[in-house]
Amino acid sequence: MLWSTILLAFRAIRRNAVRSLLTVLGIVIGVAAVVTMVTLGNGATRSVSEQIASLGSNLLMVLPGKRLGPGRDSAGAPAFKIADVAAIEVQIGALKAVAPSVTTGATLVHEAKNWATTVTGTSRAYFAIGNWKLVAGRVFSDAEEKAGKAACVIGETVRRELFGREDPVGARLRVKQFSCTVVGLLRAKGQSAMGNDQDNTVVMPLRTAQRRLTGSRDVGLLLVSLRDGAASERVQDQLVQLMRERRRIADNEEDDFNVLDTRQIAQAMSGTTRIMTMLLGAVAAVSLLVGGIGIMNIMLVSVTERTREIGLRLAIGALEHEVLLQFLVEAVVLSSLGGLAGLVLATIASVALARLIQVPWIFDLQINAIAFLFAAGIGVLFGSFPARRAARLDPIEALRRE
Amino acid sequence: MPSPARIDASSAAHVVQLVGVTRTYGSGASAFHALRGVDLTIDEGEFIAIMGPSGSGKSTMMNILGCLDVPTSGTYRFRDVRVETLDRNRRALLRRHFLGFVFQGFNLLARTSALENVELPLLYRGEPREKRRAAARAALEAVGLLAWQQHTAAELSGGQQQRVAIARAIVTRPALLLADEPTGNLDSERSSEIMQLLTTLNREQGISIAMVTHEPDMADYADRIVHLVDGRIADVQRRAEAS
Repeated sequence: MLWSTILLAFRAIRRNAVRSLLTVLGIVIGVAAVVTMVTLGNGATRSVSEQIASLGSNLLMVLPGKRLGPGRDSAGAPAFKIADVAAIEVQIGALKAVAPSVTTGATLVHEAKNWATTVTGTSRAYFAIGNWKLVAGRVFSDAEEKAGKAACVIGETVRRELFGREDPVGARLRVKQFSCTVVGLLRAKGQSAMGNDQDNTVVMPLRTAQRRLTGSRDVGLLLVSLRDGAASERVQDQLVQLMRERRRIADNEEDDFNVLDTRQIAQAMSGTTRIMTMLLGAVAAVSLLVGGIGIMNIMLVSVTERTREIGLRLAIGALEHEVLLQFLVEAVVLSSLGGLAGLVLATIASVALARLIQVPWIFDLQINAIAFLFAAGIGVLFGSFPARRAARLDPIEALRRE
Repeated sequence: MPSPARIDASSAAHVVQLVGVTRTYGSGASAFHALRGVDLTIDEGEFIAIMGPSGSGKSTMMNILGCLDVPTSGTYRFRDVRVETLDRNRRALLRRHFLGFVFQGFNLLARTSALENVELPLLYRGEPREKRRAAARAALEAVGLLAWQQHTAAELSGGQQQRVAIARAIVTRPALLLADEPTGNLDSERSSEIMQLLTTLNREQGISIAMVTHEPDMADYADRIVHLVDGRIADVQRRAEAS
């Protein structure tokens, strides 16, 4: 009986193909919107996490300054010194590496071309901490680092802008006022989670940068990479304690530096994208609901239009619940077909959009299933009122209706 | 849901026995008495015609005979079943298993093939597809439209549509066929074809027929003509007397 009712519903839908299509359009768009939003949102979350992971796993950043956020006050806070790096290496366990870092903007010149970029002065540990791989050449040597030689490693963007087809390794590059030798080329990382180009970079020994570019012995930032499985909170506590001692901060004073955990930043950021995804999904879900009201409207029209048919069915012995089931099944079949069409549309749209906005496309079975069941549920919800109206019709009245 | 087996109306001497049937719409001063005490029996295999001016209670009578409505008072026995004691769903089951309907307006599903239209009552009986198909073809053959089985109702002429409707009514082999002005929308030639078809079904398949008409020519095909006036049976003519 149920199977023949479903067949009957398909027949009724096929007979009114155009109207059925228009009816389910709301559901199609609703399902497509929800699934596309959530799929893209998942992709964005994934890409944020991946980009943050590319910064380096288990990475702590130590910055001077009182606190982070609005009204941040770094003016009075002294910078770090190279000796701080050694102290951290010696006094805190469970570390993989520690690297100092100064960054400054600089204009690069090579032959007739010039290019503005960010120059980082650091130690060899920087490459391991930041997950940087080399495509060509080498990183600066220990000796070059200690001596503050003019040897630099460039990012993909710098190579593209200044060298074009030329092999950059071994070439001379002018950074502001001094000339240095390109010893290596870094593998491209792409955009960072904040949207800036990580490959637009030049890396050189800390001492070189200090002497030739910043003109001071200050270190702007300390990068601390933890060993796998190390407890980040404990290391953070130890770091804070050590730095307070070294910077002679009294017990009643606030820290004049910050320790940031990239994993926490990653969690916060992917949390934000996840909330955005949910919000967008919820907005899209409203259109699904509106689509459901469309179904109810058309089913009511259909019941009115088919009053004589319903009368006939009742007269030849259809039971109330059979007529109810017929219209309910019709509504559910209609909304389910709409749901399916919506899923197909969502797949096409999200694949295309994911490519456009450069986030990975991740198939989420759960949201597909939820959206489909929701669509079918809307069929039940909004189909039951018209169906009940049909089933309660008086066959005599119904047959008399023109 | 009551099972069909619990409505046993398989055999009796009379198909229909109405005793003192009244039907009143509304109540108090505005009450309208459509039937004011009707006694009527229809024998197995009998063909009766019900005639009368409009407002005489013909339609109410058909509704009650068709178990679409119940008497306000009096009893209606369909074979051995007291119809007035049945609820809406049980009356639906009675119609499903023992009654066939033919309407003035045919009431076919428009964009549906003749075959599917005829199959419809069997669908509600839960008959398997092959059996439904075979029975529907046999019924269409009986009305001479087997060749038109794949045509939709909209593609058929009025006379053909009514014949499909008759096929739909007899496909369940009903004990009683109720025809409400079956020739009302047809020209005289088509009308006599339909009446000959009904007469043949009545004689050859033994289906009892109750038909409402206001055309004396059509009523003449019946074994008996019941004249209703103001909700009462005013006169009964046997065919022998009529011709």
